Amino acid sequence: MPTVEDYVARTEGTCGAEKDIIVIFKYEKKEEAIANILKKATLKNSLAGIIYELSFEGRSFRVYTSGKAIFRSIKDKEELNHILTALLL
Amino acid sequence: MFDPHALRADFPILKRKVNDHPLIYFDNAATTQKPQQVIDAERDFYENHNANVHRSVHTLSQEATELHEAGREKIAQFIGAKESAEVIFVRGTTEAINLVAYSWGLRNLKPGDEVLLSLMEHHSNIVPWEIVSKIAGFSIKYANVHPDGMLDYDDFESKLSSKTKLACLSHVSNVSGTINDVKRLAKVAHDNGALFLVDGAQSVPHMPIDVQNMDADFLAFSGHKMLGPTGIGALYGKKALLKSMAPFQGGGEMIKDVLFVQEEGHCGISWNEPPWKFEAGTPNIAGGIALAEAVRYLQRLGMENVSRHETELTAYAMKRLTELKKVTVYGPTDLKKKCGIIPFSVEGLSSHDVALFCDTFGIMLRSGFHCAQPLHQVFKLQSSARASFYIYNTAEEVDRFIEVLKEMEEF
Repeated sequence: MPTVEDYVARTEGTCGAEKDIIVIFKYEKKEEAIANILKKATLKNSLAGIIYELSFEGRSFRVYTSGKAIFRSIKDKEELNHILTALLL
Repeated sequence: MFDPHALRADFPILKRKVNDHPLIYFDNAATTQKPQQVIDAERDFYENHNANVHRSVHTLSQEATELHEAGREKIAQFIGAKESAEVIFVRGTTEAINLVAYSWGLRNLKPGDEVLLSLMEHHSNIVPWEIVSKIAGFSIKYANVHPDGMLDYDDFESKLSSKTKLACLSHVSNVSGTINDVKRLAKVAHDNGALFLVDGAQSVPHMPIDVQNMDADFLAFSGHKMLGPTGIGALYGKKALLKSMAPFQGGGEMIKDVLFVQEEGHCGISWNEPPWKFEAGTPNIAGGIALAEAVRYLQRLGMENVSRHETELTAYAMKRLTELKKVTVYGPTDLKKKCGIIPFSVEGLSSHDVALFCDTFGIMLRSGFHCAQPLHQVFKLQSSARASFYIYNTAEEVDRFIEVLKEMEEF
């Protein structure tokens, strides 16, 4: 059974007053991770297929084909895990 | 002749691509890229001269010692110190300020005394003082900063009193690029009987520095922000002050004698002379040698030329940023009072969104507080994006940056 850890190399809380979290996907799994996310989230906007503005369960976030995503206003690690599990698996 | 396009050939990393785009490195206030000459100097030490310094008589140790001390001499000359004994090798600006806080502050400051800082300081010029004040019982005052990022000189001067024993100030803000008139403020501090420490992390790499003309008692700076390796920097201190100060850390190198006194059951210790009194343990020998090579590189370019190039590039970037409807730039607009650091925000986006967007196009920016949260409180910002320039950045890179920001605005 695949897990979130199979796709995610690292998560980082951002420096600043915002409660943003950056998710960095494993290099070799980033395309698969992004494809999974695009299947499940609602696409709001896209720039030339390299940056996606998405929403999922009322939360908006961005995914970059460089293999990173930024989730805004996440309460804690549990909430992030819940979202990533739903989006990636 | 200063030619940023030509000197880029010296920097191997600038040839690489990031996310399939040519690298545009605009995070120089965080750390700078390294020219081949600096990389070679560090490698040459390990390949040909590696040994510990000072205490051995063998040939390799003599060579290592000569290179190490010649590096100190070069750095002393670069900042206009009277002699190399006034330059202490440290890991960087943070360690330099901690050294002063613990060696001088802990032993010279007492309840009733004050240290004056400003709200534009990097955390490395706030936190050591807050920690040591809790131990020694002195107070800290903070001079205000105007909403345009300029220091409130009147407030700074009004907060100096007979209680103030030390004033500490950034020469250049790492967020706004504001240049402070440290010569003027050193005089005011001295007139009030206080010492004056300059955080030179963002000035020493970018402009001519003369500590004697500035009349700073201490100057702290980092090697990695001026083409040198990480983990090496320097603290300048006036010799008489350094002689009067207690050591920072204990160990080898910083002592003359450690003599066990049988009758007393402990060791009697006498200290080495400055600067070695403050350099416990084996120093970062290769780092110091490579930093001296970075200094030679900058001296060949000429610090006046470095400063002029950055001012011209900043002027160009500031002008082009006005074309963008959703971008707000913070800090001073008068380029005589500003270095090559531009903090900004994009309407509707967090600074991290901005940095990730730019990263996708190979442009490296910093986002967040930049270790200067109080200044973000002054600017009423949750965080900021920051572009910061150095010798190898070009107007063409600024053009590309503006193109990407325009795409971001339209997204």
